[in-house]
Amino acid sequence: MFILREIVMVAMASIRANALRSGLTTLGIVIGTAAVITMVALGEGAQRQVQEQIENMGTNILTVRPGQGFFRGVASGSRRLEEDDALALRDQIGHVYEIAPEIESRYQVTYARSNSSNSIVGTWPSFFSLYNHELEHGRFFDEGEVQGRRRVAVLGSNVPDDLETPGGLLVGRTIQIRGIPFEVVGVLREKGGAMWMQPDDQIFIPLSTAMYRVMGGRDRLRSIYVAAPSPDELDPAWAEIDRVIRREHRILPTEEADFSIQQSSDILETFNETTQTFSLLLAGIAGVSLLVGGIGIMNIMLVSVTERTREIGVRKALGATRKTILFQFLVEALVLCVLGGILGVAGGFGAAELITRLYGSSTAVAAEAVAVALGFSAAIGLFFGIWPARRASILDPIDALRYE
Amino acid sequence: MRNRGRRGQNGSNSETNGVVIHTEGLRKYYILGAETVRAVRGVDLEVKRGEFVAIMGPSGSGKSTFMNLIGCLDTPTGGDYWLNGRKVSELSDDQLARVRNRDIGFVFQTFNLLPRATALHNVELPLIYAGMSSRERRKRAEEKLTLVGLADRMDHRPPELSGGQRQRVAIARALVNDPALLLADEPTGNLDSRTTMEIVEMLAALNQAGQTIVLVTHESDIAAWASRQIHLNDGLVERDFENEGKVN
Repeated sequence: MFILREIVMVAMASIRANALRSGLTTLGIVIGTAAVITMVALGEGAQRQVQEQIENMGTNILTVRPGQGFFRGVASGSRRLEEDDALALRDQIGHVYEIAPEIESRYQVTYARSNSSNSIVGTWPSFFSLYNHELEHGRFFDEGEVQGRRRVAVLGSNVPDDLETPGGLLVGRTIQIRGIPFEVVGVLREKGGAMWMQPDDQIFIPLSTAMYRVMGGRDRLRSIYVAAPSPDELDPAWAEIDRVIRREHRILPTEEADFSIQQSSDILETFNETTQTFSLLLAGIAGVSLLVGGIGIMNIMLVSVTERTREIGVRKALGATRKTILFQFLVEALVLCVLGGILGVAGGFGAAELITRLYGSSTAVAAEAVAVALGFSAAIGLFFGIWPARRASILDPIDALRYE
Repeated sequence: MRNRGRRGQNGSNSETNGVVIHTEGLRKYYILGAETVRAVRGVDLEVKRGEFVAIMGPSGSGKSTFMNLIGCLDTPTGGDYWLNGRKVSELSDDQLARVRNRDIGFVFQTFNLLPRATALHNVELPLIYAGMSSRERRKRAEEKLTLVGLADRMDHRPPELSGGQRQRVAIARALVNDPALLLADEPTGNLDSRTTMEIVEMLAALNQAGQTIVLVTHESDIAAWASRQIHLNDGLVERDFENEGKVN
């Protein structure tokens, strides 16, 4: 249609003729859209990070922790989780699942003139395969070294930095943990952390060594990890663990257990939901600013209609129909909003990038967010443009021509 | 649209028997608060093709209202109006817009050009709303601008033109759709005496070439150029006579 071209051209000409006014009005939409994009990008980034953490931690791992025991409704003190429990699990279900107990404490570690405070983890060699740890240097410790309570250590990837010595040089050297000499046999590859777990900062030693030589006979485990062959088999694993530990602790199936079995990713899921709620809230606030921008558009369109009353009269006298006039002003509002939307998306990308660089929090601009923001700004153009455009379209040509 | 090609030449249309305007008991009442203003109280009128009619009357005589009715800018309260053989007194807003677009050319006292558009674009405007292609549009608009002697001013915008030139652009715009009726409302009201003559002479020349013109004015020396004068008073035709002492 030839009229359509005229309509778009008139809209563009009008926007250009009032460049400053149009620019300032559009700024509202630009900022609104940019805010929506940035907020959604932040939320999306946080969610992806959580997703990565979940995968890092293993989606197929259950954690057994000691819990409160109850006897006839009265708390009977914190019950223990012991190496025997881990052994029982290994004996009874070890052929299907991988089992790794963990005892943990923080001690001073020294090497040469460097010293640092690190989390020391006593465990079994199965721990490494359970969490898919890989080696940067050296080797893991083995079953024999656990049996022999050997003083060997595998370092997390950040520990050599703590000790101010390259990882490669540390292998075969002796470090002091709580003043006790340990031979470094391996250094792990970087793993990345998840919430409370920071394996890169930890030092791993045989469970027996930790219990009897370092921690002074302490035999309370912090937890026992059980890995199912796949995430689908977590439920049967849960049932098996529950059965075995109950028998060990002599708790009837009808009684309350004195331990808990958690899926580590559950906690992250919860965190994920929180993040999601938060980012939704942020996007909502940003959406409000977009709405305010839309009201600005409506305001300026009303001004434009009033200013151009006479022009509308002339156009109507010359044969423009209501629909033509309606479209003309609607297109003008739409062009302002979509232009603002495009600039806003670009601004949002920029802001997300800036946040990533300045604060290191990961962001991800989702394609859906771009589409939604653009669609939304167009919808705002339509919504807030329709009323002024309608007012223009129903102007009486006689009154409009007489308007001064 | 019907008969576009034929009528396009000089407003001729076999169905109309040469009658461009025909009204029967045309009335327009306004309600102002509790009062009803009877602006036009029943006008019977016939204007034939090729006539040059001047409508006169003091202010408050109803001539502006009558002109709005004739120009299809307003709908009558009662009575009937045939324009170029078509009954237009009962058409909707959008249908009237189409009639204004195809059958009527307006020349206003205040020119009513779009200030940001070039002379050429101003003249093209009615053709745009008629849905004509840009090449055809341009050709026609240039033709009419040349006719009114503005071939060298086509790319000027109204603020860059003199009053007389602006009114000539408006005349070119009124002519561009080859209307059955050229309606001029005080076309010289904003012009000095020299340009007034220029414009009146141009209207007379257009009438000579066959264009039907209805001119609303309160100046008798301008009305003197018309072939027929109609005097309105109090919403009724007071006098309607052939102009014996016509200039030219």
